[in-house]
Amino acid sequence: MNKEEIISILSQVKDPEIPVLSISDLGILRNVEISGEKIHIQITPTYSGCPAMETIREDIRTVLAIHGLKNLVIEEVLSPAWTTDWMSVEGKKKLVSYGIAAPVANGCLLSGDDQPESCPHCHSKNIELISRFGSTACKALYRCLNCQEPFDYFKCH
Amino acid sequence: MDLLSTYIIHQADNALILGHRNSEWTGHGPILEQDIAISNIALDLIGQARNFYQLAAKRLNKITPGLDTTEDDLAYLRDTNEFRNLILVEQTNGDWAKTILRQYYFSSYQYLIYREQVNSRDTDIASISEKSIKETRYHLRWSSEWVLRLGDGTEESHERMIEALKMLSPWIAEMFLPSDFDYEAFELGAGPLPDTIKEEWFEQVNRLLEKATLPALPTDKKQMQTLSGKNGVHSEELDLLLSEMQVLQRTYPGNSW
Repeated sequence: MNKEEIISILSQVKDPEIPVLSISDLGILRNVEISGEKIHIQITPTYSGCPAMETIREDIRTVLAIHGLKNLVIEEVLSPAWTTDWMSVEGKKKLVSYGIAAPVANGCLLSGDDQPESCPHCHSKNIELISRFGSTACKALYRCLNCQEPFDYFKCH
Repeated sequence: MDLLSTYIIHQADNALILGHRNSEWTGHGPILEQDIAISNIALDLIGQARNFYQLAAKRLNKITPGLDTTEDDLAYLRDTNEFRNLILVEQTNGDWAKTILRQYYFSSYQYLIYREQVNSRDTDIASISEKSIKETRYHLRWSSEWVLRLGDGTEESHERMIEALKMLSPWIAEMFLPSDFDYEAFELGAGPLPDTIKEEWFEQVNRLLEKATLPALPTDKKQMQTLSGKNGVHSEELDLLLSEMQVLQRTYPGNSW
Protein backbone atom coordinates (compact mmCIF):
# COMPACT_ATOMS: atom_id res chain seq x y z
CA MET A 1 0.00 0.00 0.00
CA ASN A 2 1.37 3.44 -0.84
CA LYS A 3 1.27 6.81 0.91
CA GLU A 4 -1.69 8.18 -1.06
CA GLU A 5 -3.81 5.12 -0.31
CA ILE A 6 -3.06 5.39 3.38
CA ILE A 7 -3.91 9.10 3.42
CA SER A 8 -7.16 8.24 1.68
CA ILE A 9 -7.99 5.65 4.34
CA LEU A 10 -7.13 8.12 7.09
CA SER A 11 -9.58 10.62 5.62
CA GLN A 12 -12.24 8.31 6.99
CA VAL A 13 -11.21 9.30 10.51
CA LYS A 14 -13.61 12.00 11.60
CA ASP A 15 -13.44 14.55 14.37
CA PRO A 16 -15.44 12.89 17.17
CA GLU A 17 -17.12 16.19 18.08
CA ILE A 18 -17.80 17.36 14.54
CA PRO A 19 -18.36 14.15 12.57
CA VAL A 20 -18.71 15.90 9.21
CA LEU A 21 -15.03 16.86 9.31
CA SER A 22 -12.17 14.44 8.72
CA ILE A 23 -8.72 14.84 10.21
CA SER A 24 -7.59 15.86 6.73
CA ASP A 25 -10.25 18.59 6.49
CA LEU A 26 -9.08 19.92 9.85
CA GLY A 27 -5.38 19.84 9.07
CA ILE A 28 -4.79 17.50 12.03
CA LEU A 29 -3.17 14.91 9.78
CA ARG A 30 0.19 16.39 8.85
CA ASN A 31 2.18 13.65 7.16
CA VAL A 32 2.47 9.96 6.38
CA GLU A 33 5.79 8.28 5.69
CA ILE A 34 6.39 4.63 4.93
CA SER A 35 9.73 3.05 5.74
CA GLY A 36 9.79 -0.64 4.98
CA GLU A 37 6.96 -2.26 6.88
CA LYS A 38 6.49 0.63 9.31
CA ILE A 39 4.04 3.48 8.75
CA HIS A 40 4.95 6.74 10.41
CA ILE A 41 1.99 9.09 10.93
CA GLN A 42 2.32 12.67 12.08
CA ILE A 43 -0.64 14.46 13.61
CA THR A 44 -0.89 17.81 15.32
CA PRO A 45 -3.22 18.67 18.19
CA THR A 46 -5.61 21.56 17.70
CA TYR A 47 -5.92 23.03 21.20
CA SER A 48 -3.44 21.90 23.87
CA GLY A 49 -6.10 20.30 26.01
CA CYS A 50 -8.29 18.92 23.24
CA PRO A 51 -9.72 15.68 24.63
CA ALA A 52 -10.65 14.45 21.15
CA MET A 53 -7.00 13.74 20.31
CA GLU A 54 -7.02 10.47 22.30
CA THR A 55 -10.07 9.27 20.39
CA ILE A 56 -8.54 10.34 17.08
CA ARG A 57 -5.38 8.34 17.82
CA GLU A 58 -7.44 5.24 18.59
CA ASP A 59 -9.55 5.74 15.48
CA ILE A 60 -6.40 6.00 13.35
CA ARG A 61 -5.19 2.67 14.71
CA THR A 62 -8.61 1.09 14.25
CA VAL A 63 -9.18 2.20 10.67
CA LEU A 64 -5.71 1.08 9.59
CA ALA A 65 -6.07 -2.24 11.44
CA ILE A 66 -9.22 -2.91 9.43
CA HIS A 67 -6.99 -2.73 6.36
CA GLY A 68 -4.48 -5.06 7.98
CA LEU A 69 -2.00 -2.32 8.80
CA LYS A 70 -0.81 -2.58 12.38
CA ASN A 71 2.84 -1.61 12.25
CA LEU A 72 2.44 2.09 12.97
CA VAL A 73 3.99 4.92 14.87
CA ILE A 74 1.77 7.92 15.57
CA GLU A 75 3.71 11.02 16.44
CA GLU A 76 2.22 14.26 17.72
CA VAL A 77 4.09 17.30 16.43
CA LEU A 78 3.57 20.68 18.02
CA SER A 79 5.38 22.85 15.51
CA PRO A 80 4.34 24.54 13.30
CA ALA A 81 1.40 25.32 15.56
CA TRP A 82 -1.97 24.15 14.27
CA THR A 83 -4.08 26.95 12.85
CA THR A 84 -7.58 27.13 11.39
CA ASP A 85 -5.83 28.50 8.29
CA TRP A 86 -5.14 24.82 7.54
CA MET A 87 -8.82 23.95 7.38
CA SER A 88 -9.81 23.10 3.82
CA VAL A 89 -12.42 25.14 1.93
CA GLU A 90 -14.41 21.91 1.69
CA GLY A 91 -14.15 21.55 5.41
CA LYS A 92 -15.49 25.05 6.01
CA LYS A 93 -18.48 24.39 3.76
CA LYS A 94 -19.22 21.14 5.61
CA LEU A 95 -19.11 23.02 8.93
CA VAL A 96 -21.70 25.54 7.79
CA SER A 97 -24.07 22.89 6.47
CA TYR A 98 -23.68 21.08 9.80
CA GLY A 99 -24.81 24.26 11.57
CA ILE A 100 -21.46 25.56 12.81
CA ALA A 101 -20.16 28.92 11.60
CA ALA A 102 -16.77 28.52 9.92
CA PRO A 103 -13.63 30.39 11.01
CA VAL A 104 -13.28 33.55 8.97
CA ALA A 105 -10.75 33.36 6.16
CA ASN A 106 -6.97 33.58 6.49
CA GLY A 107 -4.76 35.49 8.83
CA CYS A 108 -6.04 33.50 11.77
CA LEU A 109 -2.56 33.33 13.22
CA LEU A 110 -2.62 36.96 14.23
CA SER A 111 -6.31 37.71 14.29
CA GLY A 112 -7.86 40.07 16.74
CA ASP A 113 -11.57 40.03 17.28
CA ASP A 114 -12.76 37.54 14.69
CA GLN A 115 -16.51 37.19 14.23
CA PRO A 116 -18.49 34.67 12.23
CA GLU A 117 -19.61 35.90 8.84
CA SER A 118 -23.26 35.01 9.33
CA CYS A 119 -25.73 32.67 10.96
CA PRO A 120 -25.16 29.16 9.53
CA HIS A 121 -28.90 28.51 9.63
CA CYS A 122 -30.49 31.56 8.00
CA HIS A 123 -27.33 33.42 6.86
CA SER A 124 -28.34 36.67 8.51
CA LYS A 125 -25.52 38.95 9.67
CA ASN A 126 -27.59 40.10 12.65
CA ILE A 127 -25.82 37.99 15.26
CA GLU A 128 -24.45 38.44 18.76
CA LEU A 129 -21.86 36.76 20.96
CA ILE A 130 -23.13 34.85 23.97
CA SER A 131 -19.88 33.34 25.21
CA ARG A 132 -16.27 33.16 24.09
CA PHE A 133 -16.26 29.44 24.81
CA GLY A 134 -18.85 27.00 23.52
CA SER A 135 -19.34 23.29 24.00
CA THR A 136 -15.65 22.79 23.28
CA ALA A 137 -12.59 25.04 23.64
CA CYS A 138 -12.37 25.53 19.87
CA LYS A 139 -15.85 27.00 19.59
CA ALA A 140 -17.63 30.14 20.77
CA LEU A 141 -21.37 30.48 21.29
CA TYR A 142 -23.42 32.95 19.28
CA ARG A 143 -27.09 33.75 18.82
CA CYS A 144 -28.86 34.81 15.65
CA LEU A 145 -31.17 37.76 16.26
CA ASN A 146 -32.94 37.06 13.03
CA CYS A 147 -33.99 33.41 13.27
CA GLN A 148 -33.47 33.32 17.06
CA GLU A 149 -31.35 30.14 16.88
CA PRO A 150 -28.12 29.71 18.85
CA PHE A 151 -25.09 28.41 16.99
CA ASP A 152 -21.47 27.47 17.58
CA TYR A 153 -18.66 29.37 15.86
CA PHE A 154 -15.41 27.54 15.13
CA LYS A 155 -12.97 30.18 16.29
CA CYS A 156 -10.09 31.56 14.29
CA HIS A 157 -6.95 30.05 15.85
CA MET B 1 17.01 17.98 39.11
CA ASP B 2 18.94 20.17 36.68
CA LEU B 3 17.95 23.80 36.39
CA LEU B 4 16.56 23.77 32.86
CA SER B 5 14.27 20.86 33.69
CA THR B 6 13.16 22.80 36.77
CA TYR B 7 12.40 25.80 34.54
CA ILE B 8 10.20 23.63 32.36
CA ILE B 9 8.51 22.07 35.41
CA HIS B 10 7.83 25.54 36.88
CA GLN B 11 5.77 26.39 33.78
CA ALA B 12 4.06 23.01 33.81
CA ASP B 13 3.19 23.39 37.50
CA ASN B 14 1.77 26.90 36.97
CA ALA B 15 -0.51 25.61 34.23
CA LEU B 16 -1.53 22.43 36.05
CA ILE B 17 -2.31 24.03 39.39
CA LEU B 18 -4.26 26.91 37.86
CA GLY B 19 -6.02 24.46 35.54
CA HIS B 20 -6.97 22.39 38.56
CA ARG B 21 -8.26 25.41 40.46
CA ASN B 22 -10.36 26.50 37.47
CA SER B 23 -11.76 22.98 37.13
CA GLU B 24 -13.13 23.28 40.69
CA TRP B 25 -15.74 25.61 39.16
CA THR B 26 -17.03 22.89 36.82
CA GLY B 27 -20.66 22.31 37.70
CA HIS B 28 -20.64 25.31 40.04
CA GLY B 29 -20.22 28.24 37.66
CA PRO B 30 -22.38 31.33 38.10
CA ILE B 31 -24.16 30.69 34.80
CA LEU B 32 -23.89 27.84 32.33
CA GLU B 33 -21.92 29.66 29.64
CA GLN B 34 -19.28 30.74 32.14
CA ASP B 35 -19.14 27.29 33.74
CA ILE B 36 -18.29 26.05 30.27
CA ALA B 37 -15.83 28.88 29.64
CA ILE B 38 -13.80 28.32 32.78
CA SER B 39 -13.84 24.55 32.25
CA ASN B 40 -12.46 25.05 28.74
CA ILE B 41 -9.78 27.38 30.05
CA ALA B 42 -8.88 24.67 32.58
CA LEU B 43 -8.63 22.17 29.73
CA ASP B 44 -6.33 24.45 27.74
CA LEU B 45 -4.09 24.97 30.78
CA ILE B 46 -3.91 21.28 31.63
CA GLY B 47 -3.07 20.56 27.99
CA GLN B 48 -0.25 23.08 28.14
CA ALA B 49 0.93 21.50 31.41
CA ARG B 50 0.99 18.10 29.76
CA ASN B 51 3.16 19.38 26.92
CA PHE B 52 5.65 20.80 29.42
CA TYR B 53 5.61 17.69 31.64
CA GLN B 54 6.18 15.45 28.62
CA LEU B 55 9.13 17.62 27.63
CA ALA B 56 10.54 17.54 31.17
CA ALA B 57 10.15 13.76 31.36
CA LYS B 58 11.92 13.39 28.01
CA ARG B 59 14.82 15.54 29.26
CA LEU B 60 15.07 13.83 32.64
CA ASN B 61 15.05 10.38 31.05
CA LYS B 62 17.80 11.44 28.67
CA ILE B 63 19.93 12.83 31.50
CA THR B 64 19.46 9.73 33.65
CA PRO B 65 19.16 6.59 31.52
CA GLY B 66 16.83 4.06 33.10
CA LEU B 67 14.84 6.69 34.99
CA ASP B 68 11.69 6.13 32.90
CA THR B 69 9.71 8.96 34.44
CA THR B 70 6.45 10.05 32.82
CA GLU B 71 4.21 13.12 32.78
CA ASP B 72 1.91 11.29 35.18
CA ASP B 73 4.70 10.60 37.67
CA LEU B 74 5.63 14.26 37.62
CA ALA B 75 2.06 15.49 38.09
CA TYR B 76 0.79 12.91 40.56
CA LEU B 77 3.70 11.65 42.60
CA ARG B 78 5.65 14.73 43.58
CA ASP B 79 5.19 16.23 47.03
CA THR B 80 4.20 19.81 47.78
CA ASN B 81 7.74 21.04 48.28
CA GLU B 82 8.74 19.73 44.86
CA PHE B 83 6.20 21.87 43.05
CA ARG B 84 7.52 25.11 41.58
CA ASN B 85 4.36 27.03 40.77
CA LEU B 86 3.70 30.61 41.78
CA ILE B 87 1.79 31.11 45.03
CA LEU B 88 -0.69 33.14 42.96
CA VAL B 89 -2.07 30.11 41.13
CA GLU B 90 -2.59 27.96 44.20
CA GLN B 91 -4.87 30.54 45.82
CA THR B 92 -8.38 29.29 46.47
CA ASN B 93 -11.02 30.35 43.98
CA GLY B 94 -13.04 32.54 46.30
CA ASP B 95 -15.82 34.26 44.41
CA TRP B 96 -16.01 34.89 40.66
CA ALA B 97 -14.25 38.25 41.05
CA LYS B 98 -11.20 36.65 42.69
CA THR B 99 -11.13 33.86 40.11
CA ILE B 100 -11.26 36.11 37.05
CA LEU B 101 -8.78 38.58 38.50
CA ARG B 102 -6.36 35.73 39.24
CA GLN B 103 -6.81 34.53 35.67
CA TYR B 104 -6.28 38.02 34.29
CA TYR B 105 -3.05 38.50 36.27
CA PHE B 106 -1.73 35.09 35.28
CA SER B 107 -2.73 35.19 31.62
CA SER B 108 -1.19 38.66 31.20
CA TYR B 109 2.03 37.26 32.66
CA GLN B 110 1.93 33.97 30.77
CA TYR B 111 1.25 35.76 27.47
CA LEU B 112 4.37 37.91 27.86
CA ILE B 113 6.50 34.90 28.83
CA TYR B 114 5.27 32.91 25.83
CA ARG B 115 5.82 35.87 23.54
CA GLU B 116 9.52 35.85 24.45
CA GLN B 117 9.75 32.08 24.50
CA VAL B 118 8.62 31.58 20.91
CA ASN B 119 12.19 32.64 20.11
CA SER B 120 13.70 30.16 22.55
CA ARG B 121 16.88 28.41 21.45
CA ASP B 122 15.28 25.25 22.78
CA THR B 123 13.03 24.25 19.88
CA ASP B 124 10.68 22.22 22.08
CA ILE B 125 10.07 25.15 24.42
CA ALA B 126 9.58 27.38 21.38
CA SER B 127 7.02 24.97 19.85
CA ILE B 128 5.00 24.67 23.04
CA SER B 129 5.03 28.46 23.45
CA GLU B 130 4.04 29.06 19.82
CA LYS B 131 1.08 26.78 20.26
CA SER B 132 0.03 27.86 23.73
CA ILE B 133 0.20 31.61 23.18
CA LYS B 134 -2.93 31.55 21.03
CA GLU B 135 -4.94 29.89 23.78
CA THR B 136 -3.50 32.25 26.37
CA ARG B 137 -4.55 35.20 24.23
CA TYR B 138 -8.16 34.00 24.49
CA HIS B 139 -7.84 33.56 28.26
CA LEU B 140 -6.54 37.10 28.42
CA ARG B 141 -9.39 38.47 26.33
CA TRP B 142 -12.00 36.58 28.35
CA SER B 143 -10.62 37.63 31.73
CA SER B 144 -10.09 41.27 30.65
CA GLU B 145 -13.74 41.49 29.73
CA TRP B 146 -14.72 40.18 33.14
CA VAL B 147 -12.44 42.67 34.94
CA LEU B 148 -14.21 45.46 33.04
CA ARG B 149 -17.67 44.03 33.55
CA LEU B 150 -17.28 43.55 37.30
CA GLY B 151 -15.15 46.59 38.00
CA ASP B 152 -17.37 48.97 36.08
CA GLY B 153 -20.50 47.08 37.05
CA THR B 154 -22.82 47.26 40.00
CA GLU B 155 -21.93 48.50 43.46
CA GLU B 156 -21.62 44.91 44.66
CA SER B 157 -19.48 43.72 41.76
CA HIS B 158 -17.20 46.71 42.22
CA GLU B 159 -16.83 45.95 45.95
CA ARG B 160 -16.00 42.33 45.22
CA MET B 161 -13.32 43.42 42.76
CA ILE B 162 -11.81 45.72 45.39
CA GLU B 163 -11.75 42.77 47.77
CA ALA B 164 -10.18 40.55 45.09
CA LEU B 165 -7.48 43.16 44.41
CA LYS B 166 -6.67 43.17 48.10
CA MET B 167 -6.53 39.40 48.40
CA LEU B 168 -4.29 38.84 45.39
CA SER B 169 -1.93 41.77 45.86
CA PRO B 170 0.69 39.90 47.97
CA TRP B 171 1.20 37.35 45.17
CA ILE B 172 1.95 39.64 42.27
CA ALA B 173 5.63 40.33 42.95
CA GLU B 174 6.68 36.69 42.75
CA MET B 175 5.82 36.57 39.03
CA PHE B 176 8.75 38.88 38.32
CA LEU B 177 11.39 37.57 40.73
CA PRO B 178 13.95 35.39 38.97
CA SER B 179 14.86 32.10 40.59
CA ASP B 180 18.02 30.10 39.91
CA PHE B 181 16.29 28.20 37.10
CA ASP B 182 15.26 31.48 35.41
CA TYR B 183 18.88 32.64 35.31
CA GLU B 184 19.94 29.30 33.85
CA ALA B 185 17.20 29.36 31.20
CA PHE B 186 18.13 32.92 30.28
CA GLU B 187 21.82 32.07 29.97
CA LEU B 188 20.97 29.15 27.70
CA GLY B 189 18.73 31.35 25.55
CA ALA B 190 15.82 29.12 26.48
CA GLY B 191 13.62 31.76 28.08
CA PRO B 192 13.33 35.34 29.33
CA LEU B 193 14.17 36.70 32.74
CA PRO B 194 10.78 37.41 34.33
CA ASP B 195 11.81 40.83 35.62
CA THR B 196 12.15 42.03 32.03
CA ILE B 197 8.38 41.80 31.50
CA LYS B 198 7.46 43.46 34.79
CA GLU B 199 7.09 47.01 33.53
CA GLU B 200 4.97 46.01 30.57
CA TRP B 201 2.76 43.86 32.77
CA PHE B 202 2.07 46.67 35.24
CA GLU B 203 1.43 49.12 32.41
CA GLN B 204 -1.13 46.85 30.71
CA VAL B 205 -2.83 45.82 33.91
CA ASN B 206 -3.10 49.34 35.29
CA ARG B 207 -4.51 50.57 31.97
CA LEU B 208 -7.31 48.01 32.22
CA LEU B 209 -7.91 48.63 35.91
CA GLU B 210 -8.35 52.32 35.18
CA LYS B 211 -10.89 51.55 32.46
CA ALA B 212 -12.68 49.29 34.95
CA THR B 213 -12.84 52.18 37.47
CA LEU B 214 -10.59 50.22 39.81
CA PRO B 215 -7.55 51.54 41.71
CA ALA B 216 -4.17 51.11 40.04
CA LEU B 217 -1.63 48.66 41.42
CA PRO B 218 1.23 50.42 43.18
CA THR B 219 4.48 49.88 41.35
CA ASP B 220 6.78 51.63 43.77
CA LYS B 221 5.65 50.08 47.03
CA LYS B 222 7.97 47.45 48.49
CA GLN B 223 6.37 44.13 47.69
CA MET B 224 7.24 40.59 48.70
CA GLN B 225 10.91 40.28 47.95
CA THR B 226 11.44 36.64 48.60
CA LEU B 227 10.63 33.83 46.28
CA SER B 228 8.32 31.28 47.67
CA GLY B 229 6.34 28.92 45.45
CA LYS B 230 9.03 29.01 42.79
CA ASN B 231 11.43 27.57 45.37
CA GLY B 232 9.03 24.94 46.63
CA VAL B 233 7.84 26.84 49.70
CA HIS B 234 4.07 26.83 49.43
CA SER B 235 0.99 27.85 51.34
CA GLU B 236 -1.03 25.06 52.93
CA GLU B 237 -3.55 25.60 50.13
CA LEU B 238 -1.31 23.57 47.85
CA ASP B 239 -1.17 20.66 50.34
CA LEU B 240 -4.96 20.49 50.30
CA LEU B 241 -5.13 20.82 46.54
CA LEU B 242 -2.58 18.07 45.93
CA SER B 243 -4.24 15.75 48.45
CA GLU B 244 -7.34 15.89 46.33
CA MET B 245 -5.61 15.84 42.95
CA GLN B 246 -3.17 13.03 43.74
CA VAL B 247 -5.14 10.76 46.05
CA LEU B 248 -6.31 8.29 43.40
CA GLN B 249 -2.93 7.84 41.74
CA ARG B 250 -1.18 7.49 45.06
CA THR B 251 -3.73 5.01 46.41
CA TYR B 252 -3.85 2.88 43.26
CA PRO B 253 -0.43 3.39 41.69
CA GLY B 254 -0.18 2.70 38.00
CA ASN B 255 -3.90 2.34 37.47
CA SER B 256 -5.75 3.99 34.62
CA TRP B 257 -9.43 4.40 33.87
